[in-house]
Amino acid sequence: MNATALRAGFIPLVDCAPLAIAREIGFAEEEGLSLELTAAPSWSALRDELALGQIEAAHMLAPVPVAMALGLGGMPARLDAVAVLSVNGNVVGVSAQLAERLAAQGHEFGFDDAYAAGRALLAAAEGTLRMGVPFPFSMHAELVYYWLAALGLPSPQGLDVRTVPPPLMAAALARGEIDAFCVGEPWGSIAVEEGHGALLLPGSAIWAGACEKVLAVRHDWAEADPVRTAQLIRATWRAQRWISHPGNLSTASEILAGPAYLDMSADIVERALTGSLVVTGDGKRRHVPGFLRVYEGAAGFPWRSQAAWIADRLAARLGLDRAAAAKAGRQVFRSDLYRAALSPSLADLPGASEKVEGAIPTPTPVASQRGTLVLERDGFFDGAVFDPSAHG
Amino acid sequence: MSSGLSVRRGRTRGLPARLPGCLAFCCRVTRPLSIVVVEPDPDRAKLIAETLGAPDKNDVHIIGSESGLARAISARDPDIVLVDIASPSRDVLEELTLASSPMERPVAMFVDRSDDGLTRAAIEAGVSAYVVDGMQPDRIRPILDAAIVRFQMFQQMRTELEATKRALEERKIIDRAKGLIMKARGVDEDEAYALLRRTAMDQGKRVAEVAEALVSSAGLLS
Repeated sequence: MNATALRAGFIPLVDCAPLAIAREIGFAEEEGLSLELTAAPSWSALRDELALGQIEAAHMLAPVPVAMALGLGGMPARLDAVAVLSVNGNVVGVSAQLAERLAAQGHEFGFDDAYAAGRALLAAAEGTLRMGVPFPFSMHAELVYYWLAALGLPSPQGLDVRTVPPPLMAAALARGEIDAFCVGEPWGSIAVEEGHGALLLPGSAIWAGACEKVLAVRHDWAEADPVRTAQLIRATWRAQRWISHPGNLSTASEILAGPAYLDMSADIVERALTGSLVVTGDGKRRHVPGFLRVYEGAAGFPWRSQAAWIADRLAARLGLDRAAAAKAGRQVFRSDLYRAALSPSLADLPGASEKVEGAIPTPTPVASQRGTLVLERDGFFDGAVFDPSAHG
Repeated sequence: MSSGLSVRRGRTRGLPARLPGCLAFCCRVTRPLSIVVVEPDPDRAKLIAETLGAPDKNDVHIIGSESGLARAISARDPDIVLVDIASPSRDVLEELTLASSPMERPVAMFVDRSDDGLTRAAIEAGVSAYVVDGMQPDRIRPILDAAIVRFQMFQQMRTELEATKRALEERKIIDRAKGLIMKARGVDEDEAYALLRRTAMDQGKRVAEVAEALVSSAGLLS
């Protein structure tokens, strides 16, 4: 087959797996794409490469295209999220000193209760809580603001959210520049391995259905090249389905651990893929169902309601018009292109493109094209729901 | 307008369309620009500072440590921040695009809207520039032009260094492959190399690739 070249960028994180697998197991090639993957040094560099046309697609923080649609941060370009690459997969961690104080208070690092962990953290913290996140526009930042605001910690008075590049997170903890962090794997596990911190919660304990990374392309490119857009969506979907087979997990870990991707021990990579994490320096292990989801429950479907949620949160925090923001935000999650690429015989997709976020407490069958789709839990820890029809 | 700032609608756009030329000129000469360069390598930092006309023309300040970068930059309150595009710390600068108080001057990534693609040239050269809200585009241009030239030189040096390193490594692999062939076939060095080269030509590969394959499969047998 005469494959056409397609350049994509990624940040070396466990959740770049769908793109890595699409290339390495051959799903991209089966779709007629010769996928060239290049690691980027930072999220802003990756965004700029995409916006300026040096690459055609990118592994991207879900809030970045939404923020750009609101005119926030850097490049004035429109990016579209044509698929979700991963749901959940972040961890909240604390410094070694805070971990000691938490243990002294009797906290058992159960790693499942956002109320208990949050209250213990607020009781153990001294002064303003300094929290590191990878990027100002990230699900990490949104989860931290959401969680701590719901527990009554006002920002900026009580909470200082700072940008720290993930590879420097453990060092920032060790130097005492931050007290805690929210980061994607493997960087939380690395902080634990290096003895600089302990893990307090998985991101999924704050919001069980948080879209984490998306497959981003330039809006103009998607419009001009619907064929390659669809090929890319299908290749990624096939890779996500492959990763979801438990028998493939150790192969996936080996591939991701290789020098072209994360370049580290496969054991660390596998923790996130299996949801079995070592949370403390003395080796406490916790298992988190749905820690990082790439396929089950139509994980790849770009729900416009999730983009609206992100836009609403950004607008509320930064003082923008909330209705206008939600309206602009939902345009960039392209559930229409996702549907066009995946025929009903291949994937069973939801009938709706928006849902009330946070309203699914247990796996629930929903209206879908073939009637076989079960959506996974998507609750917020505080039981709140977000009804997109009430916003914009 | 030859170039513009990104999303912030700052003082630049608020200026009257026809500014008296003398006023614009006076502004240009009265105050040197304050430039922060984020660069951990002291030698590179020194070269960049010289390129940008420090200390006579502009006030160039180097920040070498990645620790506490956002606060260090805020404290300097610069007009322009230049950072290597390959630095993971660049994301910290994005935080400064959201001013947290009315007293702060937000920075925005410099984005050129004209056709000559200054932003693209900068990114391809490996440097990104953040400029403070309200900065005049014609004051940024010479700084960025100079920085682009300097970063292009760095990039060329890096490429050359990598090519040299690769050539050395290939040399080593070829020597090992030759050794293996000499031992297995009882031939001399020239003949071993000729065999490698012939195989490479037959397979449409480079000599180094054939040598690499031989060395790695020989590892399986030993």
